[in-house]
Amino acid sequence: MKERKPIEGISIEKTEKLIKDTLAHFPDKAREKREPHVGANEPSVSSCAVKSNRKVVPGVMSQRGCAYAGAKGVVWGPIRDMIHVSHGPVGCGVYSWGTRRNLMQGIPGVTSFPLDFTSDFQERDIVYGGDIKLEKLIREADELFPLNKGLSVLSECPVGLIGDDINAVAKKMEKELDKFVIPCNCEGFRGVSQSLGHHISNDSIRDHAIGKRKFVEKAGPYDIALIGDYNIGGDVWAAKPILEEIGLNVKSIWTGDGEIEKIAATHSVKLNLIHCYRSMNYMCKVMEEKWDIPWLEYNFFGPTKIEESLRNIAECFDDKIKKNVEKVIKKYRPMMKAVVEEYKPRLDGKTAMLFVGGLRPRHTVGAYEDLGVQITGTGYEFAHQDDYDRTAPEMAKGTLIYDDVSEFELEEYVKELKPDLVGSGIKEKYVFQKAGIPFRQMHSWDYSGPYHGYEGFEIFARDVDMAINSPTWGLVKSPF
Amino acid sequence: MAEKKLRQIAIYGKGGIGKSTTTQNTVAGLASLGKRILIIGCDPKADSTRLILHAKAQDTVMDKVRELGTVEDLELEDVCRRGYGDVMCVESGGPEPGVGCAGRGVITAINFLEEEGAYTPDLDYVFYDVLGDVVCGGFAMPIRENKAQEIYIVVSGEMMAMYAANNICKGIVKYAASGSVRLAGLICNSRNTDREADLIEALAARLGTQMIHFVPRDNQVQRAELRRMTVIEYSPDHPQANEYRTLAQKIVDNDMFVVPTPLEMEDLEDLLMEFGIMEAEDETIVGVAEGA
Repeated sequence: MKERKPIEGISIEKTEKLIKDTLAHFPDKAREKREPHVGANEPSVSSCAVKSNRKVVPGVMSQRGCAYAGAKGVVWGPIRDMIHVSHGPVGCGVYSWGTRRNLMQGIPGVTSFPLDFTSDFQERDIVYGGDIKLEKLIREADELFPLNKGLSVLSECPVGLIGDDINAVAKKMEKELDKFVIPCNCEGFRGVSQSLGHHISNDSIRDHAIGKRKFVEKAGPYDIALIGDYNIGGDVWAAKPILEEIGLNVKSIWTGDGEIEKIAATHSVKLNLIHCYRSMNYMCKVMEEKWDIPWLEYNFFGPTKIEESLRNIAECFDDKIKKNVEKVIKKYRPMMKAVVEEYKPRLDGKTAMLFVGGLRPRHTVGAYEDLGVQITGTGYEFAHQDDYDRTAPEMAKGTLIYDDVSEFELEEYVKELKPDLVGSGIKEKYVFQKAGIPFRQMHSWDYSGPYHGYEGFEIFARDVDMAINSPTWGLVKSPF
Repeated sequence: MAEKKLRQIAIYGKGGIGKSTTTQNTVAGLASLGKRILIIGCDPKADSTRLILHAKAQDTVMDKVRELGTVEDLELEDVCRRGYGDVMCVESGGPEPGVGCAGRGVITAINFLEEEGAYTPDLDYVFYDVLGDVVCGGFAMPIRENKAQEIYIVVSGEMMAMYAANNICKGIVKYAASGSVRLAGLICNSRNTDREADLIEALAARLGTQMIHFVPRDNQVQRAELRRMTVIEYSPDHPQANEYRTLAQKIVDNDMFVVPTPLEMEDLEDLLMEFGIMEAEDETIVGVAEGA
C-alpha cells in the first residue's frame, strides 16, 4: 500500500508536543498510564506503538461499554428471529433496548423480536437464585412467541456474583423446546470493555450454534457468509446486493438482520467475508481451523475501498466472478464519479477527526478521502493491537492516534488540530456541536445510513457535506 | 428515668460452636432479668430462635419475600414472633446451600427491619446471631455502621475455634476503624479440653479483651433443646441456668469494649503450643510420602 500524502501542518514533532502538553494536565500516575495509549502515526513501522485493551484510567471520562453491552448490543441483539433474554435486574435490558440502529426485517413479535425480555431480578431472585425464574421465563416467552427460532440468555452482573447456572437451565430448556437456547456468560464486570463481550459471544456461538444446522438449499461454489456486519442503518442491505451482483451467494449474515439457523449452518460456506474484524475475527479463525474455511477482510466504505475489496474477493474465486467484479466496478464508476463531482468541490482540503468503536476509525478513512477529506486523528474505544496495526498504514505520517481517549483529551486534541468535522458518538456529539464544530455520529450514522456500499457512499457524502457546510455553524458563537 | 439506650450485640464464632444455643439461653437469662430483647437470626439455616419460640422453623423474612414477590409487600407482623419472656424473634432466612446469595438475604432482612421500625424504643437489646463463617460482606452487615456496637465471640479450647475467633477479630478491626463496633469479650462454650479456661483467658488477653464467662458443658442444655426450650425456661433452678443468668448479668454490666489486637498466625500457633494443643512442626517430614 502506498503511503498517504503528508497533511499540511501535521508533523510527528508537533503531534508529540500536543500529546505531551495535553497529558501534562493529568496527575503523574494517570499520565504515566495514558502516555503509551497515544502517539503520532508512523505508517512505515509494522506494529503500531499505541497500547490498547487495558483498563480505563480511574477518574477520566471514558466512552467504553461493558461485556454485556458487547454481547447484547453488538453480537446477539441483531439476530432477528431469536428472543434475547437479559438475565438479571431490569435496567440492563431496558436501557439496551432499541438503542443500536441494527435494522431488521420481519413482523415484530411474529418473525422478529425487537422486544425487551428480562428476568427483572428482585431481591428474592438474588437471595434464592434466578434459575427457576429463568426456566419459567424461557417457557413463557416461547409460548407467547412460538415462531421464535431460539433464545439467547445474556447474564448481567449479579448472575455472575450469585452463581446462577444459566448453562444448565439453557441445556435443559433446549431439550424441552427443541430449539436453540444459548447461554452467554457476559457479566458486565468481566474484562476492560465491551470487547470481551464480543469474544464471549463468539465463544458461545462456537459452543452452542455453529455446525448444528444445515442450509436448506444445496451447497454451491459461490457460497459465502457476511461476518461482522450489524446492519446499522441498513448497511447489510446495501452491501449484500453488491456481493450478489458479482455472482456470490450470501448464505448467512453475522449478525445484522441475522437468522440463527443460517448462522448455525455457516460452517458449510466457501469463504467468510469479515467486515468488523474486532468483534468477529474469533469465529472466522474457529471456522478456518475446524472447517478449513478461509476468511477475508473487506471494506465497503467509499468507492476506492469497495473496488479494492471487490478485486481481493475476486481473487478467491474463478474467472466468472473476476469478470463480474470488473463489470460491477465499471457499472458503478460513473455513479460514484457523479457523487464525488458533486460533493468533493465543497469538501476538498477539509480535515476530520474520528473516535469510534473497533473498526470504523480505520475503515471509514478511505470514504472520507474519496471526498477529499483528510483524517488528522483517529482512535478506538476498545480495539486491540491488531486493529492499531491495521490502522497505521491507513493514516498519514504524524497524525494523532489515541486509544480509549478521555473526554478531556479529545477536547484538547480537537482544540489544537481544529478539524472541520468530528465523527464520534452521542456522548461526544453535543460537546463539539456546542463548541461550533460540525459533528457526525459514526456509531449510529446519526439516524441516517446506510453508509456501506455504493448506495451508502452517496448518503455518506451528502451527510458529511451537510454537516461541514451547514450555514448553522457560522451562527454559533462559541465561548470556547 | 433516664432514657433507655438500645444495645446492639452481635454473636460470632466458628460454625457448630454453639452460637445459637448460647445466644438464646443468654437472651432468656436477660429476659428473666426483665430486659426487652429482639433476636435477629442471620443464618439461612434459620435456627436462631427455635428455643425461644418452641417452633421448628419460623417464617423467615426472605421466605415471605419470596412468597409475596417483593420486600415492599412485606409487613413486620408477617415475620416477627413473640416468644419466651416477650422476646421478639426474626429470622433473615435465605437459600439452600449452593444457590443464590445468602449474604444479600441478611442485608435485605436487616434493611427491612430498620425501615419498618422493628427496633422499637422499648427494646433494651438487639442480638444478631450470625452464620459461623463470615464468607462475604453480607454476613458483616450486622457490624457495619450504626448496627451492632458490641461483639461477643463464642469460642472453645479447640484449635479451629480459636483460629476462627482470631479471624473474626481481624474483621472487627476493619469495621472498628470506620465505625463504633468493638469487641466486648469471648464467651467460652466449654468442650472440656485441657486447661480450657486458662487457654481462653490467655487468648483473650492477647486479643486485648476478656473471657467474659466460662460456660461449662452440661447435658441439661441438650435435654432442654430436645424440648425446643432454653435451660432457663425448662429448668430454671438447674445450675446451668444459673450459668446463663450469670453471663447475662455480666453482659448487662460489661463496659470493656475494645478494638481487638488479632494475633499473627505464628503467635497464635505459639500460644497453642504453649498449652500443648499443637505440637511443634517437624519441617523434615513435610511433603514426604509414607514409603519414601
